[in-house]
Amino acid sequence: MNSEKNTAVVTVLGKDRVGIIADVSRLLADYGININDISQTILDDIFTMVMMVDLKDLVIEESDISDKLSELGKKLGVQITIQHTGLFNAMHTI
Amino acid sequence: MINEHEIIETMQMFNSQHLDIRTITMGISLMDCAAPTVEESCNRIYDKICRYAGKLVETGELISKKYGIPIIHKRISVTPISIVAAACGASDYTPFAKVLDKAARTCGVNFIGGFSALVQKGYTNSDKVLINSIPEALASTEFVCSSINLASTRTGINMDAVRDMGVIIKKTAEATKDKGALGCAKLVVFANAPEDNPFMAGAFLGPGEPECVINVGISGPGVVKHALEGVKGKDLGVVAETIKKAAFKITRVGELVAREASERLKVPFGIIDLSLAPTPAVGDSVARLLEEFGLETCGTWGTTAALAMLNDAVKKGGIMASSYVGGLSGAFIPVSEDEGMIAAARSGSLKLEKLEAMTCVCSVGLDMIAIPGDTTAETISGIIADEMALGTFNNKTTAVRLIPVPGKTVGDSVEFGGLLGTAPIMDVNRASCADFIHRGGRIPAPIHSMRN
Repeated sequence: MNSEKNTAVVTVLGKDRVGIIADVSRLLADYGININDISQTILDDIFTMVMMVDLKDLVIEESDISDKLSELGKKLGVQITIQHTGLFNAMHTI
Repeated sequence: MINEHEIIETMQMFNSQHLDIRTITMGISLMDCAAPTVEESCNRIYDKICRYAGKLVETGELISKKYGIPIIHKRISVTPISIVAAACGASDYTPFAKVLDKAARTCGVNFIGGFSALVQKGYTNSDKVLINSIPEALASTEFVCSSINLASTRTGINMDAVRDMGVIIKKTAEATKDKGALGCAKLVVFANAPEDNPFMAGAFLGPGEPECVINVGISGPGVVKHALEGVKGKDLGVVAETIKKAAFKITRVGELVAREASERLKVPFGIIDLSLAPTPAVGDSVARLLEEFGLETCGTWGTTAALAMLNDAVKKGGIMASSYVGGLSGAFIPVSEDEGMIAAARSGSLKLEKLEAMTCVCSVGLDMIAIPGDTTAETISGIIADEMALGTFNNKTTAVRLIPVPGKTVGDSVEFGGLLGTAPIMDVNRASCADFIHRGGRIPAPIHSMRN
C-alpha cells in the first residue's frame, strides 16, 4: 500500500433529499477531485454517503476544500466532511 | 483498504464522543537566552519564541482541516525560567513572565508553560527568586503557567519548598482573588515531573530536552466510555481489552498529527501524551467513564480499582500504538474540569481523601480542587507533602493544583469559565500539621531509589 497517495474520504451525513449526490459530485468535479469509489446507505433514517476521492489533480489549496464542502453542507442541510485517508490507515491498520 | 464501518466509527468518535487532539505543544529551549541583564534576556526570549513558534497555530489549523480532527489548543513550553534567568541576578522575575505572556499573545497560543523551577533537592538563589515572583507573575499575566518540581524518587522531598509553596499558593490566591483565585489554576507543584509533558499547567521543557520539539497531547474519555457501553455486564478482562483497543486508536490519531506537525514545522517529534483529559462538556468526563464500570457515583467504593485498571489499560493500548509515548499518559482526574467529578463532589460522594487515594493510581494528582479560602498555608503544605510522598515512594508522577478561594467556604462554588470549569469548594481536614511542616529539611529518598 502506498501511504503517500493523496486520497481522502468524503462523508455526507444528514436527512435524505433529491440531488445530494449530484450537488456534492459537482462541487468535487469543479475543483478537480476525482471520485474513486462511492457507497451510500440509509442508517437509522440518516443518509450516509462515503466517497473515496483522489486529490492529485486538485485545482485549489488543499486546506480550502473542507471549508467549501462544509459551506455546501450548510446549504443542503447535511454534514459534509473530508478527511485525508492517512487518518483511517493510522487508526485502523497496524 | 478502509471499510465503511471504520469510517463511520471514526466519524462518530469526532462528532459525538469528543475525540480531539487536546494540544500540540512546542517545546522551545531558552538556554541560549540567558544574559547579564533582564532586558537583554527578555529580548532574546521574545525573539526566539516568536521565531520558532510563529507558524505553530497556522500549522495546527491546516492539519486539523486536512484530517478533519479538532485540535483544541496550540501551546508552548519553555526551559524553566529559574535556569534561564539565573545569570541576570534580578530580584524579581515578573518581567520574564510578562515577556512570555507577550510572546504567547504574538504567536496566538492560549498557554505558555515554563515559569518553573526544579527544586527537588534544594534551592538555587534563582529558584528562590522565581518562587517568590509567582504570585505577582501570575496576577499580571494571562497565558503564563507555572510549575515547581518539589520531589522525586531519586532525591526525596524538599520539605522547605513544600512549606514555602503553601504560602505562595495562598499569596497567589490573594493576588488573583477578584478572578476567583484564577492564578492558582495556573500553578502546579509536582513530584517526578515529566520533562516532556505537553499539558498545562505543568508543561515545561526539561534541561535534557532538545532545542525545539513537538509534543502532542491527545484526549478522549468519551470514546472509551462509548466503547464500554458496548460491553455492559461483561467481565473485567473484556473491559480491559476494550479500553486498550480504544486507546490504541486514539493514540494513532495523536501520532499522525504529531508526525505531520513535526514535518511541516521542521521540528523533531518528541512524544505522544495519551491522557484521558476531561472537559466540562457533557460526554467528556472521566468520572462518568468510571461510573460506566458499574459505580453509582464516582467516589464510591470501587472507584480506585476502576481507575487503576483504566489508567493501566490506557497506557497499554497507547504503548502499542506509538513508540514514543511519554508525558503523563493515563487518566486525569481534575475536579473543576469534569462534569461528573463536579456532580460527585456536590453530592458528597467524592471527598478530598478519596481523591488522594485515586491519585495513587491515576496519572497526575489532586487537580483543580477548590478549598475554603481560610485554609492555612501549613494545611495546604500538608496536603502537598502527602501527595509528594505518594509520588516519591510509588515511583510515579503526582501533582497538586489547589485553589484556596478567598472568601468562599464549603457549599459555595467558584466559576473559572471555559475549560477550567466550575469547582465546588471541598471540605478539608482542619487538624493542624503546622509543627510537622515547620520542621523543614528533606525527606530522604526511598530505599528503592538505590537502583544503581
